[in-house]
Amino acid sequence: MIGIIGKKVGMTQISDENGKNTACTVVIGGPCHIAQIKNKEIDGYEAVQLSYEDKKEKNTNKPEQGHFKKAKITPKRKLVEFKNFLEEYEGENIKPGDSISLQDIFTEGDYIDVTGVSKGKGFQGVVKRHGFSGVGDRTHGQHNRQRSPGSIGGASYPSRVFKGIRMAGRTGGDKVTVQNLRVMKIIPESNIIVLSGAVPGSRNNYIILKK
Amino acid sequence: MDKIIKIVEQQSGQKNIEFPNFKSGDTIIVHLKIKEGNKERIQKFQGIVIKRKNVGTNRETFSVRKISNGIGVEKIFSAISQSIEKIEKIRNGSVRRSRLYYLRGKYGKSASVKEKRILTSKS
Repeated sequence: MIGIIGKKVGMTQISDENGKNTACTVVIGGPCHIAQIKNKEIDGYEAVQLSYEDKKEKNTNKPEQGHFKKAKITPKRKLVEFKNFLEEYEGENIKPGDSISLQDIFTEGDYIDVTGVSKGKGFQGVVKRHGFSGVGDRTHGQHNRQRSPGSIGGASYPSRVFKGIRMAGRTGGDKVTVQNLRVMKIIPESNIIVLSGAVPGSRNNYIILKK
Repeated sequence: MDKIIKIVEQQSGQKNIEFPNFKSGDTIIVHLKIKEGNKERIQKFQGIVIKRKNVGTNRETFSVRKISNGIGVEKIFSAISQSIEKIEKIRNGSVRRSRLYYLRGKYGKSASVKEKRILTSKS
């Protein structure tokens, strides 16, 4: 899996030559610096650790400072590991400290997956959380429980509630992957990538773009 | 954030068509590029503008209504659409509201909009 770390900017729409408009998400992706290359002998598995977005050295703790110093890069906010990066990466040999930018990995027309943390919705009922359809009728003697889950199990048997029954609760804020988003456009000089459709999370959310 | 989205909008092949300054009630002709196989031709759609939304953004749309063979036809156009060749304004309408939904279901004279006379000072 190869990919890059990015940040959601916002949404817009793009018109093609057939006059069709597509909803697009604008993302700033990279440039990412390689913080570490993990190998089987020392770490037990192979992976490439990418880092994204500068932060101040005074906001970095000592162990992290040492980690970045090893790769000869400035401290970064976000670190993400990619497995099998070396095998799939088509550029020249990479080493810690190297910079990887969008056009090294993606081209226009690619289909990519995007992982991010979705917007938190707080405590929500079953209609919003699990797509239950509610009770159905608002009239015909229906009392004040139009969005209730209904029965959650039998009373005499099994006289308990099974594990995993879908109920109300905290919604959103989960790690979500959206698959097969088309790369509409790449603007390398400002590290902008435009994807068709929506990506998880709010603006300025860190997202992982995977090929 | 808005700056970055502006860059994308400018670079995504959205030619900013020089729209005449039209508004609801005006009569316009929209020249549309129609692709048929490899051929491309221009189709005109003439009618009264019954709404114009989100003016100045790239979400802008406008609706044009006309009576075609006795049947009312409405088309919604996206302002950034690349299939619009050009837009001509041929008549100023005198209306008192921005959404002319009252024209729907009307025929003949009651479905028409009075022309607005724009006074030009003689020098």
